[in-house]
Order: sequence, then C-alpha cells, then structure tokens
Amino acid sequence: MTRLIRILAGLNRGRPGLLLPALVFSGLFLTGCDAGNITFLDPAGPIASMQRHWFFLLLIGLFVVILPVLIGVPLCLWRYRAGNRKADFRPNWDFALPLEFLVWGVPAVVVVLFSLLVWGPERRFSPERSLTDAPPLAVDVVALNWKWLFVYPDSGVASLDHLVIPQGREVVFRLTSDSTMQSFFIPSLGSQIYAMAGMVTHLHLLADRPGRFLGENTQFNGMGFQNQKFAVDVMPGEAFDRWIARAHESPLRLDAGTYRILRKESTGDEAAKALKPDSGQKTAMPQFAGVPEHFFRGILARYTGAPGRIPG
Amino acid sequence: MIHFLFGELGYNALPFYSAIATVAASVVVLGAVVVVGSITWLRGWRALWSEWLTSVDHKRIGIMYVVVSFVMLARAVIEACVMRSQQAVAYDSPGFIPPEHFAQLFTTHGTIMIFFMAMPFLIGIYNFAMPLQLGARDVSFPVMNSISLGLTSAGAVLMMISLCLGKFSTGGWTGYPPYTELSFSPGVGVDYWIWALTLSSLGNTMTGINFAVTIYKKRAPGMTLFRMPLFCWTALCISILMIFAMPPLTVATLMLAMDRYLDMHFFTNALGGNMMNYVNMFWLFGHPEVYILILPAFGVYSETIATFSNKRLYGYTSLVWATVSIAVLSFTVWLHHFFTMGQDGSVNAVFGIATMLIAIPTGVKVYDWLLTMFRGRIRLSVPMLYASAFMILFVVGGATGVMLANPGFDYQVHNTLFLVAHFHNMLIPGLLFGMLSAYHYWFPKAFGFRLNEVWGRIIFACWTGGFLLAFMPLYIVGALGMPRRSQEFFEAVYQPYMYVALAGAALVFCALASMAIQLWTSIRNRDSLRVFAGDPWNGRTLEWSIAAPPPEYNFARIPKVDSVDAFYQAKQQRTAWRAPDEYFDIPLPANSPVGFLCCVSGGAFGFALTWHIWWAVVVSALVFFGSIVLRSFNRDTMRIVPSGEVQETEENWLLALSETPPVANEAMFTTANRGLVREPV
Repeated sequence: MTRLIRILAGLNRGRPGLLLPALVFSGLFLTGCDAGNITFLDPAGPIASMQRHWFFLLLIGLFVVILPVLIGVPLCLWRYRAGNRKADFRPNWDFALPLEFLVWGVPAVVVVLFSLLVWGPERRFSPERSLTDAPPLAVDVVALNWKWLFVYPDSGVASLDHLVIPQGREVVFRLTSDSTMQSFFIPSLGSQIYAMAGMVTHLHLLADRPGRFLGENTQFNGMGFQNQKFAVDVMPGEAFDRWIARAHESPLRLDAGTYRILRKESTGDEAAKALKPDSGQKTAMPQFAGVPEHFFRGILARYTGAPGRIPG
Repeated sequence: MIHFLFGELGYNALPFYSAIATVAASVVVLGAVVVVGSITWLRGWRALWSEWLTSVDHKRIGIMYVVVSFVMLARAVIEACVMRSQQAVAYDSPGFIPPEHFAQLFTTHGTIMIFFMAMPFLIGIYNFAMPLQLGARDVSFPVMNSISLGLTSAGAVLMMISLCLGKFSTGGWTGYPPYTELSFSPGVGVDYWIWALTLSSLGNTMTGINFAVTIYKKRAPGMTLFRMPLFCWTALCISILMIFAMPPLTVATLMLAMDRYLDMHFFTNALGGNMMNYVNMFWLFGHPEVYILILPAFGVYSETIATFSNKRLYGYTSLVWATVSIAVLSFTVWLHHFFTMGQDGSVNAVFGIATMLIAIPTGVKVYDWLLTMFRGRIRLSVPMLYASAFMILFVVGGATGVMLANPGFDYQVHNTLFLVAHFHNMLIPGLLFGMLSAYHYWFPKAFGFRLNEVWGRIIFACWTGGFLLAFMPLYIVGALGMPRRSQEFFEAVYQPYMYVALAGAALVFCALASMAIQLWTSIRNRDSLRVFAGDPWNGRTLEWSIAAPPPEYNFARIPKVDSVDAFYQAKQQRTAWRAPDEYFDIPLPANSPVGFLCCVSGGAFGFALTWHIWWAVVVSALVFFGSIVLRSFNRDTMRIVPSGEVQETEENWLLALSETPPVANEAMFTTANRGLVREPV
C-alpha cells in the first residue's frame, strides 16, 4: 500500500511529485493491491516516466480549466433558484462583449499551451524516433493469433511470448503481423503500437531498471485475445547475454515445421505445449535457435510479394 | 432444393449453443408474440396500419423512431449488465460467459447503442420537434422520411433476428478487418453486422438530406437562419454531417461485403489488400458521427436551459458559430482514433492539435449555458437536472478527451478501459442525458400529458449514479493498463473496480426499469397530467404555441417570426394564441405504404444476403425498388383537411385555452399545471 501511494504521489524513485493530482488520483485507489510493473504510473523507463509526467501535467491543467464549471453550476443552481426572489433576474440579458473575450479566450489559451506540449516533447518522443545515440538492440516482433514471437536478428535466436531485454540499452522493435492486426504494449516501458500484416511499424523503448513487467495485446483479435499476455524481463547486460547464449543451445529450431505450429490459432501456452509435449504442466516459454536469415522479411513477403525466404 | 430455398440457414443456426443465448432468443420471440397478441386482442391492426405504419406525419414518424430506440436501449443495457457481471467474476477465471459469446455481446452492445439506440433517438426527437420549431407543416420529403424510418427499423429487426438465428459478429462495433474478413470470421455474424449497418446508414443519409432541405426551405416567414432556435441549428449541422459522413460508412461496409461475397481484396492481408484503408474510411465516418451524436444534445440543452432559467439564451451568435465550427472541425480529426498505427509523430501531432481545437468551441458552449443560468429564475425540472449533471460530467469527459488528444498520453491508454470510460462519459451525460431530457421536455407536447415528475427524478438519480459508479472506475483500471474487450483478466488490482462498475450497471438497470414504470404510471394517470393548452413549461419557441398534442396540420395559420424566441416575444406583447381571422383548407401529404414495404423488403434483403438465400435476395430487391418506382406514378399524393374541420379543432382548443387557469412558476410540477404558466417576476 505504501509503495502504491509513493508511486501515485510521484515520490517513487526520486522524481519530485506533482502532488496535487497525484493525491486526487491516489484517493481513488482504495485497494492495497500492488499495481507495480503493469502501469506507466510505476514507470520502468524514460518514455513511460515522461508519459506519467505529461499525464499529471494535463490532469492539473485541465482541472484548473474545468474548475469554474464544477463550481459555477451548483452555485448558479442555488443562487438563481426560482424560489429565491432576492436574486437578480435579467430575463433579457443575453450578451456582453468583454465576456465574449473570456469565453473564447480562456479555452483558446489553454489549447495553445497544450499544443506546445504536443508539438514539442510528445512529438520528439513518438514511437518511431530513437532515444539515444548508442546503437540499439534490434528485436523483430511477429504478431500471431494469439501469441507473440520475438526474434533477435543479430543473434539468430527467438522466443515465444517471453521478451528479454537488457537494462539501460535502447531497444528498437520492428513489428509485423502474420495474422490479424494487434497492438503491442508494455505499459511500464512506454508506447503501444500496432502490428499489421505486410507492413512494418517501429517502436523505440528503453528500460532503466531490472524486473519482470507485463506485456500485452490490446487489440481484440479473437477468442484467445484475453490470454495474449507476455512477460517482459529486463536484465543487466551480462544476464541478458547469458540468456541469449542459452537460447542458442535450445533444442528447438525456428524452422518451417516449428513455424507451422506457431501459425496455428492457439494461445502461447498451447503452442508451447505443442512444441514441447513431454515437459509437464508448467512449461517455461520456449526459446528457439537457428532462426533463418531474413526470417522477418520472409513473413512480410507473404503479403507483399517482395523477395525473401517464405517461412512455414 | 433445400439449399436453394434456405441457403446456409439450417437447424444449427438455432440458439441452443449456450443457455444464455437460448434464454435471450426466447425473450425476443416471446416479446414479439406478446406484442402481436396484444395488438390482436386490442383489435389494433387497422389503426396501427392506417395511423402509424403508413403515416408520413413527421410527428408520428418521430415517435416511432423513439419507440425503436427504446426497445434497442433495453436490449443493449441488459447486454451491458451481462458483460459487467462477467468481468466482475473474471479475475483469473473464465467466468460464466465463453469468449465467443462475450465478443458477440460487446459487438452488439456497441452497434446497437450507436446505430439503433442513439441515432433513432435523436432522429426521432428532431423529426418531432424540428418542423414544429420552424413553423412548418411537415418535413420536405415526408415519404422519404418514412422510408428512412423503414430502413433503420429493418436494420434493428435484423439485429434482433441475429439473436435467434445464427451468431453475430465478434469484431466489435468498428468491425476492423482483417479480423472481419472470411479468413478469420467465416460465419454469418459479420454479414449480419454489415447489412444492419448498411440499411441504417442509407436511412440516415436520406434523413440528413431531408432535414437539411426542410431547414433551408420550410422555415416560417421571417425566420431567418439567425432567428432559428439553436436546436434547429444543431439539426442543420448534423444533417450536413450525415450527408457527408454516412456515405463513407456505407462504402466501407459494402467494400467489406465485396471482400466477403465476391472474393475481392480491398482490406485483406494478401493480394494487395490494406486494412488501413478501412480504418481511415470508417473513422472518416466515425468521427463526424461522434458530433452527429453530441450536437443534438447540445441543441436540446440550449432549449431547456433557456426555458427553465426563464431567460434568453446567452450568446446566441457565439453558440451558433461554436456549433458550426465543431461541425467543420469534426472532419479534420479522424486520425486520432489510431495514433498507434505507426505513422510519423508529426502527423499525430497535427491531428492531436486539431482535436484539441474542438475543445475551444465546446468550452464556449458550456460557458454560455452557465451564463444563461446566471441571473435567471431556475426551475429544477427533470430536463434541468439532466442539463446540470451534463455540464459537470461533460467537462470531466471533455478533459479526458483533451488528454487522449495528446498522442504522447494516448499511446498509453489507447484500447484500454480508459478510452471506454472516456467515450461513455461523453455519450451518457452528453447524448443520452440530452435525449432523455428531450423526452421529458417534449413528451407533453407529443401526447398531451406530462410524464410523472417523481419517477423522472428517480430515473435521473439512477442514471447519474449508475454512470458514475460504472465508468469512473474504468478510468482507473484503464490507466492501469486493462485492455477493453477482455473476457478474463489476471491482475488482482483490477478486481475491486469491477465490483464497483457492476454496482453501477445494476443502477443503470434500475434506471431502465424506472423508465418503464414512469411511462406506465404516467399513462394510467394521464387525466391528471393533461396539458391540452399546450405550454406547460412556459416555452419560448413556436412548438409551444399550439395544442398538446398538436393537430396533424401543426399550425392552422403559419406563424410570422421576427425574433429568436418568437413565441416568448408574442406572449410578452400579448399577441400569442390569437384566433386566425379566416380558416383555409390545409393540404397534407397522404399516407403511403412505401416506407413499410421498404422496411419489410429491405430487412428481407439483408437477411437473405446474410444467409445466401439468393432467390429471396432477388425478390426482395425487386419489391424494394418496385415499390419506389410504382410510387412515382402516383399523382394523388396529397389530401385536404377541410377548413371547417380546422376551424372546429382550433376553436375547441382556443376555448379550452381560455378556460385554463395559468399556474404560478412554482406550481409547474403539480397537477394544477394544465398547460399554461405565468411569467415569473
């Protein structure tokens, strides 16, 4: 509970809080449950933490704007109620030029201020733009019904419904779909983006603390939609390298046979069981070695007709 | 042979795949049997046919539109309650509704609420009140009006049939491909959705044309555009929006139909199709649609706030320009529905800023309504309660809308329940409260008696409380990352909010039940609620200057107008309710069965296409176009109300009017109110 309040008050991890809206908002959180690692309100990277900052900024700004209405409506209702003969009554008063300036001017000024935010920082940190000058780690994401395939093209390995990324290094995701349109989303890290067949979208994210975070698809795509979640593990560099090395040793290879199983409509768990039938109840999500070169481009080529090896 | 006769329709289309579906289908069938039975028992078929189904009177068509919307509202609210119950028990558990059924529920809920509750409701209210406010005898194209109603009803009937035969689409009310293409949705569900939407969008396009022409051509002498009541201004704006926004929807759904029926590839994954074209076309309709839904409510509030504050509307000209600019801007922001589709951040920023611009005229409106209340004499009637709750809740929804217009924030809450909370926050306190206040406001004009006040207040309390409980928690779980349309979830932190939201849904259900009770008690006690004199709220616009219910010809003599609030001014100058010097024959459009034939054949056309019953497709199309062609040979389209009948009706009413004691402002809600109210001091 205290953790949650600290998160909501913006006191978490040293960022000085925007206390007022945070308190208003945290007042709404009446539970003692831990909401860590599933939301941008408890950010694990610079994008999410900026988004939280913008959220609080908008919350304060807009609260100030709507305050006159929240106060004015009950006030007018009470003061000018039909029974109150002492109140002024001007049935034919319907215009005052100075008020016109206020009525049009105040919303206009507020919109101009917020436009600066949209055009400035929000545009700078939109999903397709890189965050740092250092070379990012590339991850190719393939959306399947109802699971995600993560390919590490530089290492030639892949994993199903389990994304592992190094701490402190920018990651560039290239996303496509080999089925319906889906929306790739890791709330604790930042923006979501659609994955669509025959097209590539880009997303830059950076994780600055280790931990396990929630990843999900937010675009309804059929009967396994609610189960289409994946774990995101952020690890220090060495641990990440060890994970990649282990993937290379995986007995499963991402060949045509494997991919045929993955393409079938099934949840990640069901696909994992189909791939490793003898590993009991709770299987860890499988890793794959031997990812063919141009695997990602091959999937695109299914739909665009561009050259590349067609998997599956 | 069987296949030729019934197409894909077979025994397996019957709803025995789940208990809930069976019960729902039985309720629909039972409801239909009860309606047919009671009409027969009351010997009402002849009256139903000659006075309603074939009527082209704008008032009756308006009332029928509202009846359609109430039936559909009941179904969609019940669906919402079922979904809320499911999510309340769905933490780490499949609950009692399987994913496929849940997906049908959220698809039908959205489709019905937008196309078969909201649209018929607002079109019905306009149909009833707008010609009266303009001082007109009917809309410009009365038969086309009846055809529009027929097409919308046919769509609604198709929605109801889909409960009993086959399964509905699971693709959501937006029906995004490629999910709704044959490869992912092979059943008949998407076809039901396509044809229901196509029928209703054609009807709505025609309504838009009809309303716009009516406003341009049928205003009373002296009523310039800038002397129209604001409600009529919103009618003009939404008509133009409908004319331009409905065709993209019709085209998008028809292209999807061609993909599914003719193996074309407009939106498929493969062979050059691109679903982004669908998304753009859909929202090219979808965003103006948002304002088609909200502007009518703005119009209603502009009337009711002025009337119940006993004051002229503040800033009429500003409000007109604000309305017009909202209508224009609404075509420039559609991209904000898919900031996450991968386009460049600069594109998103431009559309984000365009979206926020709409907040300016909207803010102007809210301030102007507040200034209308300022120094008024406010009577807290049911419509005024709705207007007050609307202003407070709508600015909250507007604020979250401005937040969502920020791409940087939208990337976080797109497709989550935060978005669901936002648009319900706009549509319930905005659209629905507006329409419910219109219902309370104009009901006495339509039927000659007021609705029960106490139940009106109970309904209001249930809707407001229910809305707050059901949707405020969704803002929070949305910010915590819960996707919309989840049949099951795995985060314990969401669970308590789902309980609160369920309580809200229960209250909304109480509101629905209270609406039925209110209607029942009001009809039973109609004699004590009668307001034959016709002006129970001390109204300001022309519709209050005639009897309640109005005679079929509306005005014995078309009024002359020389200001905004024409009737109010006439009352001030003591020129209201003057008997005409002379009575004339009044020509009115004659009844026509074309609208009803279009309804039946249009519905049959959609049904036959859904189930691939090709002979029925041909037959129903022939009936549809044949009835319209045959109608064009009919030259005897008018009938005359003789001057003697007009004189008798009017003198009857004027006599009653002269015997009606006006009540004081405070006594407006008592049974002393017989339709005449004194001006407050």
